[in-house]
Amino acid sequence: MSAIYVDHAAATPVSAEAAAAMMDVLQSDFGNPSSIHAHGRQARKQLDEARRKLAATIHAAPEELVLTSSGTEADNLAVTGYAHAHQHRGNHIVTSAVEHHAVLHTCRKLEKEGFDVTYLPVDEEGRVHAEQVKEAVTEQTILITIMHGNNEAGTVQPIHDIAAAAAEAGIAFHTDAVQSYGVEKLDVQELPVTMLTASSHKINGPKGAAFLYVRKGTSLTPGVTGGEQERKRRAGTENVPAAAGFAAAAEAAVTDRQSRREHAEALRSCFLACLKEHEVSFTVNGPKDHYLPYIVNIYFPGIEVESFLVRLDMEGISASSGSACTAGSVEPSHVLQAMYQDDKRAEASVRFSFGTENTIQEMHQLAAVIKKITDSMTMDIF
Amino acid sequence: MEKNNKRPADTKVVVGMSGGVDSSVTAALLKDEGYDVIGIFMKNWDDTDENGVCTATEDYDDVITVCNQLDIPYYAVNFEKKYWDTVFTYFLDEYQAGRTPNPDIVCNKEIKFKAFLQHAMTLGADYVATGHYAQVRTEEDGTVSMLRGVDWNKDQTYFLNQLSQNQLSRVMFPLGALEKQDVRRIAREKDLSTAEKKDSTGICFIGERNFKEFLKSYLPAQPGNMVTPDGTVKGTHEGLMYYTLGQRQGLGIGGPGEPWFVIGKNLQDNELVVGQGYHHDGLYSEGLYASGFNWIDHIDRTEAFTSTAKFRYRQPDQEVTVYPKADGSAYVAFHEPQRAITPGQAVVLYDGDVCLGGATIEEAVKTGESVGS
Repeated sequence: MSAIYVDHAAATPVSAEAAAAMMDVLQSDFGNPSSIHAHGRQARKQLDEARRKLAATIHAAPEELVLTSSGTEADNLAVTGYAHAHQHRGNHIVTSAVEHHAVLHTCRKLEKEGFDVTYLPVDEEGRVHAEQVKEAVTEQTILITIMHGNNEAGTVQPIHDIAAAAAEAGIAFHTDAVQSYGVEKLDVQELPVTMLTASSHKINGPKGAAFLYVRKGTSLTPGVTGGEQERKRRAGTENVPAAAGFAAAAEAAVTDRQSRREHAEALRSCFLACLKEHEVSFTVNGPKDHYLPYIVNIYFPGIEVESFLVRLDMEGISASSGSACTAGSVEPSHVLQAMYQDDKRAEASVRFSFGTENTIQEMHQLAAVIKKITDSMTMDIF
Repeated sequence: MEKNNKRPADTKVVVGMSGGVDSSVTAALLKDEGYDVIGIFMKNWDDTDENGVCTATEDYDDVITVCNQLDIPYYAVNFEKKYWDTVFTYFLDEYQAGRTPNPDIVCNKEIKFKAFLQHAMTLGADYVATGHYAQVRTEEDGTVSMLRGVDWNKDQTYFLNQLSQNQLSRVMFPLGALEKQDVRRIAREKDLSTAEKKDSTGICFIGERNFKEFLKSYLPAQPGNMVTPDGTVKGTHEGLMYYTLGQRQGLGIGGPGEPWFVIGKNLQDNELVVGQGYHHDGLYSEGLYASGFNWIDHIDRTEAFTSTAKFRYRQPDQEVTVYPKADGSAYVAFHEPQRAITPGQAVVLYDGDVCLGGATIEEAVKTGESVGS
């Protein structure tokens, strides 16, 4: 049986157009975009072109994007950069319990610096409600950061309501849209966000490229200092080939957004139907509607997730659970724990995330392998 | 090493990899023989320090490097909770009871060859292999014997004495047939990244840290008197758990004559009994009581028999006569008086190269005392 990759929320295969765009820059335009000579200008031209394309995908102005090395770096810049630049106005930040560690651990760091952080709980579908956000806001609140679509449960937050609540309160709002970018419609002219994070390797672009959208007029304290790149918000020579690859992938993702969604939805429903047909015992974690169709997180009662994932891998299936912690073992998902307050459930859940290259046929195979594994998990020699 | 009728290519072997040279070579040898080898790292203890540094992460990085060199898949499994509940609670309980535990033996019995073995079997493995210096041999009647490693200096059967047939029948010890120096040589020849890595020493969860400091953070220390057998107070001790029978270092008793040694512990009065001279009479015994005998061949002994024995790791074998009882305990009589027999440690019996099994030492019977029963 051929290998099946269903871990697209972790990384995606680089598309041909992204690879071609990168190769073009790698081979021809190696100059430093800050240099004043012809080689520099040529690289700068490629960088500007990439930035223009990326900005267009969310209806932003090119100068509103800060190109970074990762979504994590962009989240760090948004949260720490904004908090540091505005600490004279207050020291309170509102976020949720289901954020990516890029936001959560950054908030923890800020707490050590003296900031107060409210971690809003979520409901069983993983959702934060605008009302909760309103209630959490104090005189001291300077920033609200709530992710757009969840990387583990696939929950899409009522982001328009939350953004509107933040705007009404006059507080800056950041959203980590890494998992939603290219899947959900993102338009910063309609969505009143102050900052938004997007990343390349989730949408068939290369690793090492991401951006933070920063609405015009927003001041940030840079996290990386040095040269004057990215309008002094992020020093360091720009990764031009990665930016070019990211832009090519992003254009394709936005153009094909609707058909990719439909494909993902078809894979997801086929996969779930096949599991039912095989009489595998399972429950879907997360919402019944308003989810990212390419992520499905499933609770298999009674499995031991560490051995389950290894057995999937032995069968050529790449899926994941929670987040890999130090020394490679699996830590139960903080997202599922926040949703269900049930360690057992969090420890017996697996995330499958689909991509453009997955097929319906693969969903049948995937379900059959899971059936085989769940049927033989209980062999006890002691 | 052929243990069943399956060809090596159809035999899945999970190697318990620690990131050290021994388990690296274990995986390499099995891979060379054509087995379907998978490396798995066990994380049993979280030793993340205040800087976020964790030796487990560094060791796992070494596992990854070696597995990539060997082109075998690698995974990790977390037994921190199970390790705490079985090995570590036992460890603390024994110290609290004034004894000297041997966590490696319990770790082998409960974690490496139970939780980990179960994990490997769940993954469809035929065998688990580790880098222990010991050998397994399937006899004609199908029972599995455990033999010392050919490198007697490295032999680890002492730590494996509690293993059962069920466990041993699913185990491979490829290093048992090798000398340690050959293992290093093979690692160098194969250019394994762990070839020059220092062997780990001491109890795994304590590592290079100060033992006293470590223990102090888990158990309250109760200082008391250091006394001679006739009751003369010679000073104070920092807590009975910090001392082992036969120990010389750290007593802080000066004065004329021979150096002072720990010769006993009086738990009731919280007194540490000390005596002068390495060969102090109080350190010698003529036999011991042991409980919880595991007979590796699963044949319960009832008749007295003679064999050789070790009372601590790496000790030369001693002649003994064993008087087993039906409840799994036994009196082990020494042919020569033995020094510093330590309750909590294991007595392990041998018939030539074959390890018969072992038990936990409960009590030393001092020379001249009558043998009660």
